[in-house]
Amino acid sequence: MLTIADRTFTSRLILGTGGFPNLDVLAAAIDATQTEMVTVALRRIDAAGRDGLVGVLDSAKVQVLPNTAGCFTARDAVLTAKLAREAFETDWVKLEVIGDERTLLPDATELLVAAEELVDAGFTVLPYTNDDPILAKRLEDAGCAAVMPLGSPIGSGMGIRNPYNLALIVEHANVPVILDAGVGTASDAALAMELGCDAILTASAISRAEDPVAMATALRLATEAGHAARHAGRIPRRLYAEASTQHAGLPTFG
Amino acid sequence: MIVLNGRPAEGEGSTVAGLLERLDLPDRGVAVAVDAEVVPRGEWGTFVVPEGAHVEVVTAVQGG
Repeated sequence: MLTIADRTFTSRLILGTGGFPNLDVLAAAIDATQTEMVTVALRRIDAAGRDGLVGVLDSAKVQVLPNTAGCFTARDAVLTAKLAREAFETDWVKLEVIGDERTLLPDATELLVAAEELVDAGFTVLPYTNDDPILAKRLEDAGCAAVMPLGSPIGSGMGIRNPYNLALIVEHANVPVILDAGVGTASDAALAMELGCDAILTASAISRAEDPVAMATALRLATEAGHAARHAGRIPRRLYAEASTQHAGLPTFG
Repeated sequence: MIVLNGRPAEGEGSTVAGLLERLDLPDRGVAVAVDAEVVPRGEWGTFVVPEGAHVEVVTAVQGG
């Protein structure tokens, strides 16, 4: 079981709802992932239209995790989180404070300021963060309920570019570590879990796959497999072979 | 005049609830900020939108 703050989850896959071609595919992907928590964003109502997203999420009986996507400052992120709390009646928030349009990498200083303010305001804060072990520790110390380091930039599908940093974050964290961003395919999710992440958050890898529902199943299985392998205790890596068949008793043919 | 989701609109002197009536809103998943402060749902009926206010009405959209 995965425990974040005061809630437990059977699924270790959190689904971002961005990028799906339509709500039917989203609903089928939610089903295929067996996820229990999905992210949503907030936008102006006249630009966003009314597409029945809330109805789909209600039917799927998943927890809604609002994000602060698109915010570049702590001020905007805090206000967006407060709007989300009002709209969705949840104090959980996926905190994103972005520093740059092209990379969508987090702005570390604004992120930490926003995290501190939101924790003080009673939020359960899940920050999308750089793969920086020190920043992850600072976010944990600020009271965040989890840390969510990126594997590589949002939507890039580049996998985990610095597995050593991710391993360091896992080693020192006392809150769940959730890989957020960068997953491109099943092996990325499995690697993250093998490195000791507690969960995966992914949107594009599923929503923009040629067959989103098939990829949803693949990522569910990969997440489960990676988690199981982590706890099975893998063999050490060796430069040279180690025979799995005993030498003793080998016949000789002089 | 006020600024409603970035566009000039009538609505000064109206309550938030009155303003929202025109927008045909869904029952859930909506929030309102006036001049960068969230207006809790419970205050929509009494909160009067001042002249020149910047009003943001937001709802859920798909997002990672």
